[in-house]
Amino acid sequence: MDGAHDMGGVAWSGPVRPEPNEPVFHAEWERRAFAITLAMAMPGGWNIDMSRFARENRPPEDYLSKSYYQIWLAGLERLMLERGLVAADEIETGKPLHPAKPVARTLSRDAVAAMLHRGGPTEREAKGPARFAIGDRVRTRMIHPPTHTRLPRYVRGHIGTVEMLHGVHVFPDSNSLGQENPQWLYTVTFDGRELWGPDGDASVKTSVDAWESYLEPA
Amino acid sequence: MTSHDHDHHHHDHDHSELSETQLRVRALETILTEKGYVDPAALDLLIETYETKVGPRNGARVVARAWSDPAFRARLLKDATQAIAELGYAGRQGEHLVAVENTPRLHNMVVCTLCSCYPWPVLGLPPVWYKSAPYRSKAVKDPRGVLADFGFELPAGTDIRVWDSTAEIRYLVLPMRPAGAEGWSEERLADLVTRDSMIGTGLPKQPHEVA
Repeated sequence: MDGAHDMGGVAWSGPVRPEPNEPVFHAEWERRAFAITLAMAMPGGWNIDMSRFARENRPPEDYLSKSYYQIWLAGLERLMLERGLVAADEIETGKPLHPAKPVARTLSRDAVAAMLHRGGPTEREAKGPARFAIGDRVRTRMIHPPTHTRLPRYVRGHIGTVEMLHGVHVFPDSNSLGQENPQWLYTVTFDGRELWGPDGDASVKTSVDAWESYLEPA
Repeated sequence: MTSHDHDHHHHDHDHSELSETQLRVRALETILTEKGYVDPAALDLLIETYETKVGPRNGARVVARAWSDPAFRARLLKDATQAIAELGYAGRQGEHLVAVENTPRLHNMVVCTLCSCYPWPVLGLPPVWYKSAPYRSKAVKDPRGVLADFGFELPAGTDIRVWDSTAEIRYLVLPMRPAGAEGWSEERLADLVTRDSMIGTGLPKQPHEVA
C-alpha cells in the first residue's frame, strides 16, 4: 500500500540525529513491547509480512505520530484482535475478561535461543528457471496495490540493472494474505539520475531487492 | 497551526502518552500471561539476549576477522550467512546475509526505507535514527547529505552505493581497515570497528583513538 511507511525520497525537514551511546531500549515498556511482539508470533501464527502490514496499514498521521515501538504495539493489538486472541474490551480496560482461545504453541524460556537461532528463512526450492540474469536491464512495474508490497514508490516505473540473484523467496505481497507463492528474487540497481532526474547524484547507485513479478524486461 | 504550537502540543502529547503506554503495555502483558499465551520468563530472556549478547560487537568480530584473514574475507564476500556461522552467529533477521565491501572508490550504505530491516545477528537491534523518517527518506536520495549529518565527508571521487533492504536479504558493510594497526590481534582490531561503519554511516576508528 502507498502508506506513510514508504519513505524513500520523501522531502523531510531536519537532519538525521544520531544519539551518542544510545541504549538498546529507551524505556521499560519498549523492552516488554519488543519481547511480547516476538513471543506472540508463535501462538498468534502470523508471519512477518502480516506483521508489517498490520503496522503500516494506518492513516499517515497515526503512523507518523507514533514512536517505533508504539507502532509495533498497535500492529500487535490489531493482529491479536483480528484472531480473537484478545477482545477490544480487554485492550480498553487492561484486564482479562474472556477465556483464552486455545493456541497450538507458545514460546517457553527454554525454546528462546533455538527460535532466534533458527529465525525464519524465506528461501524456497526453485520450481523453474529465473526469468532474468545478472546484467539484464529491467523496468519495475508501476503498481499501487492497496495491500502489502515491498516495491517502494521511488523505484516504480524505473529502469535498472540486475546485479544479484538471491534464489527463490517467499513473496511478501501474497504472504501477507497467507500465501507464500515463492518467486525469484533479484537485487536491481538504479543510477541516481534515473531515480531523481537531473538533480540526482550521478555518483550514487541505489538498489532494492525485487521479486520477479515486480519486474519486466526493459 | 504554527510550528511553535505544534512543538508544544507534541511535547505534552509525548509526555502523557509515555506513561500511558507504560501502563498499557504492563496491562497487556498481564492479560497475555493470564491467558497463557506468553511466559514472562521467555520475555525476560528475549530482552536479555538483545541487551547483552547480540549487538554490534558481533559484527566487529566478523570485520576484524575479515581484516586479519584473507581466506575468511573471501568466504564472507561469497556467502556471508555461512561465514558468520563460523563465529557462531545466525538466525533471526540475518537468515540471508550479504557483506558488501568498501574500497577507496566505493562507499556502501544500508537503509530500509519501508520499515527497519537490519542484520540483527551481527549488529543487534537498530538505533532510533536508523528507523527514523529523516534517515529512511534521505538515504536513497541524498546519501552524501546523510553522511554530512554524521559529520563526515567522503574523499572526492568516491562513489556511493545504497542498499535498500526491501526483502529478507540483510546487508553488512565491510569497512576498509585503517592504516596503522599492523600486527594487531583480531580482538584489538574489533575495537576499531564501530556500528555505524558497518551500516555505512560512519568509518572505523583510527588506531590512535583506542591505543
